[in-house]
Amino acid sequence: MNLPRHGRLWLLGALAAVLLPQLLRLPPWLIPYCLALLGWRLAIDLRGWPLPGRPLRLLLTLAGVGAVLLGYRTLFGPDAGLALLSVMLCLKLLELRSLRDAMLVIFMGWFLVAGGFLVDQSIFVGAYLLFTVLLLTAALVALNHPAGSAHRDYLRRAGLLLMQALPIMMVLFLLFPRLPGPLWGIPKNALSAQTSISDHMTLGNITELADSEAVAFRVQFDGPVPPADQLYWRGPVLWITDGRRWDPIRRESPPRWFGEPAGHEPLGEAMRYALTLEPHDQHWVFALELPAAVPRELTLTADFQLLLSRRLTARQRFELAAHTTYRTGALPEEQRRLALQLPSGRNLRTRELARQWSTLAPAEIVAAALAHFRDQPYWYTRRPPLLGDDAIDEFLFDSRRGFCEHYAAAFVTLMRGAGVPARIVTGYQGGESNPLADYLIVRQSRAHAWAEVWLEDGGWLRVDPTAVIPAARVETETDLQRFRSTSAPMLNVDLHWLTRNLAQLRYGWDALNNAWNQWVLGYNHLRQKELLQRLGLLRFGWQGAAAMMAAAIGLVLMVVALQLLRRGRRPRDPVLRLYERYCHRLERLGLRRAPHEGPAAFARRAEGLRPDLAPAIREISALYIALRYGTADSATALPRLRTAVSRLPWA
Amino acid sequence: MASPLTLRQRFSLARFLRGSGAEPGPIRLDRRRVYILPTRQGLLFGAVLLAILLGAINYDNALAFALVFLLAGLGVVSILHTWRNLQGLCVEAGRCPAVFAGEQARFPIGLRNDTGETRPALTLRLPDGTETMLDVPSGLHWAELSLPAPQRGRLALGRFTVATRFPLGLLRAWSPLELSMDCLVYPAPAPQRGLPPAQPGAASGGSEHGQGHDDFTALRPYHAGDSLRHVHWKAVAREQGMYTKQFAGEQAQELWLSWELLPGLATEARLSRLCRWVLEADAAGLSYGLRLPDRNIAPGFGPSQRRRCLEALALYGERP
Repeated sequence: MNLPRHGRLWLLGALAAVLLPQLLRLPPWLIPYCLALLGWRLAIDLRGWPLPGRPLRLLLTLAGVGAVLLGYRTLFGPDAGLALLSVMLCLKLLELRSLRDAMLVIFMGWFLVAGGFLVDQSIFVGAYLLFTVLLLTAALVALNHPAGSAHRDYLRRAGLLLMQALPIMMVLFLLFPRLPGPLWGIPKNALSAQTSISDHMTLGNITELADSEAVAFRVQFDGPVPPADQLYWRGPVLWITDGRRWDPIRRESPPRWFGEPAGHEPLGEAMRYALTLEPHDQHWVFALELPAAVPRELTLTADFQLLLSRRLTARQRFELAAHTTYRTGALPEEQRRLALQLPSGRNLRTRELARQWSTLAPAEIVAAALAHFRDQPYWYTRRPPLLGDDAIDEFLFDSRRGFCEHYAAAFVTLMRGAGVPARIVTGYQGGESNPLADYLIVRQSRAHAWAEVWLEDGGWLRVDPTAVIPAARVETETDLQRFRSTSAPMLNVDLHWLTRNLAQLRYGWDALNNAWNQWVLGYNHLRQKELLQRLGLLRFGWQGAAAMMAAAIGLVLMVVALQLLRRGRRPRDPVLRLYERYCHRLERLGLRRAPHEGPAAFARRAEGLRPDLAPAIREISALYIALRYGTADSATALPRLRTAVSRLPWA
Repeated sequence: MASPLTLRQRFSLARFLRGSGAEPGPIRLDRRRVYILPTRQGLLFGAVLLAILLGAINYDNALAFALVFLLAGLGVVSILHTWRNLQGLCVEAGRCPAVFAGEQARFPIGLRNDTGETRPALTLRLPDGTETMLDVPSGLHWAELSLPAPQRGRLALGRFTVATRFPLGLLRAWSPLELSMDCLVYPAPAPQRGLPPAQPGAASGGSEHGQGHDDFTALRPYHAGDSLRHVHWKAVAREQGMYTKQFAGEQAQELWLSWELLPGLATEARLSRLCRWVLEADAAGLSYGLRLPDRNIAPGFGPSQRRRCLEALALYGERP
């Protein structure tokens, strides 16, 4: 074995660190397999066990590949690929002979680190994997240093290398041209989108989200945050119902609208904000009502949904604007027909109630329905009872306990029954502002459904029937707070200090995560373009960015080179340095010391050639010899030498 | 010190491939002398980075981008580290001890490192592929290259390279060097033993005191090169100074190791026999002279006589 022992140990340690997060994801039977191979390698290094022979290795390889196949039914795709790579890495350890093998293993380790990012890109994972990169680099240094030295030297050297590589990484990260789309199709299982609002509603499915604290999106306003009752984040608009289930106009992917995008007349300033949406594997973007300027990659439908042309598979930031007060235009006949559609023979009691109101003016009908919810004993609950086919009837007249979707669906059914065009809008409502950073967090638990009615004088108007339920009939405290405040509920109430601190901690952590998402993970071709624009490089095209990148890297390298080469260029001994300066000055005067001349011999020759300088030369030589070879006290003699040398004429 | 090169010389392919001829040294490895290229592992590293980069682009994975850029930065920075590990090193020739043909000639190479930091994992490599790897701490350190010495004469070290792959092994910096240093190779001593008989000497300067072994005749002041066996140690012990004892006895007999005594043998075989005789005579502490067709060496003894004779044998046929 011609690999240095400490290099092998570093390699093993670094690989164990790289494999650890992988192991946790492997099928259970692969974990002992990998651990056994690592242990075997350790025994080889520490106990001098022999390397396994070829037949055994072949058998182990077959077993490993079989185990991966058993777990994933394939060898391709990110998950199976990473598992296979882990297995191969462990196997390669058993035939580690030369430096070349070892370096190959380290490269595979780096590759595995990159693969790990496909699964998780959180701050923790990022920090841990950076740590494993440090270990792998230290192992590489140790492997390339057969003579061996202290372990911390390798760590220090690797750390130095990585610190110097860091600025180059930043330059490349910011300026290396980013492409908008994937190069090849991403396998379906590469993305684990979280549960989010779906494209249809059956009574009961928003309730599933009510308990989820997962973040749906984060919002940063350019100006002040609007009041809570304006924070309606618009998602799918539902028109078509069979009495139980509600659907958008067409369920297709990507969704298309049949008419021209509707216009609306703003009644106030546009509000600018940036929305960072977590991937939900859908097309819609939850914009504040109503969206004003539409970015290029989004389209605005006639029912004011913002749609992305592809499914959102990665977190993305959108720069949006909204008018929170507005008036929409006339209602096309086709829309009116759809906005009044009700299934025949369903929810008959509800339609009977609505018919009683149909003589009223539309605005009075709305008021009557809201008064009905407010005055009758309706309860707002997260645990509504299950409903049958005539779901609206059962809710309105029997159970009277429901979640937002129940109220929205019942309200729209009532409106349609009374002849007022209405539709359901799903999305999110409100948001908690992070007190430690200037942005709003909207969690899945904020999922909401509300209604829109079309009135002659105002166009489409938002009506949130859930909001009229009196506080006394809301079951849980947090739900009560929901529609009434954007600030963090926990900070308003005087709670136990621990809860308060935990809340602070949680907001701090979320702020950190948000910054990470915004500036690291969310940095894509769009933000790069923004940056280039800000730097004034956009008009030079990619050549401008490339030139900037090359210049910046060159600068970094120059600094690193100066730092590296400055060290130890001069002799450290001040006496020697002064003597060199003296020789240099005499050389400029035409007195060059020959390589074989000692200081005394040179002094004799120089004194003969320049009698005018003889005293100085004599003094300097005597001091130098005394300091360097004699026992002169450097505290007194060194300053004298320095003065004498500095008094020599320049030329 | 390196002489400045013209631009044309600096970029000539021949200099790149063969170096610039033997130099007396010390040679300082400045930036004109240090070359650097990726190793095979370095190319593989590049391929791995490319693969990670493609994956990062495809999955639009920010941290994979960050990783690939960090590693690219690592590769670039390691160019400077590897290069610096060699740059500024001074290489000088040491004194090679003479060897007999058939032995390994050893060439001490002085490596002077004045950076104040260790230069780790430097490799000295001969064209035949033998390598010596060592760490060079601050100061002057000696490494040794060895070459087989198959025949007598002067054996030049020829070209060798100082190289390093430290710290990451992705790049190799090297400098081809040719120090003008050679090793004197004595003929291989022949296996046959036994000295030729001594001959009645010519009157050696009419001196009464021929230098023999048997009878002590006088003391004279010690000269460098006198055999330590003949030092008058008692006088040394009495702090009277170093004296060499002189003996009378064989003043009439002189041992001449002569080319003429070995007729019929080929040149190299004769030189081998003569070499063996010199060694035996020296081991016996005898006084002996050497007669070669082109050169005579007057009788004498001691290490200097031995060296003079062996050198004459080694260089027989060459113009000194």
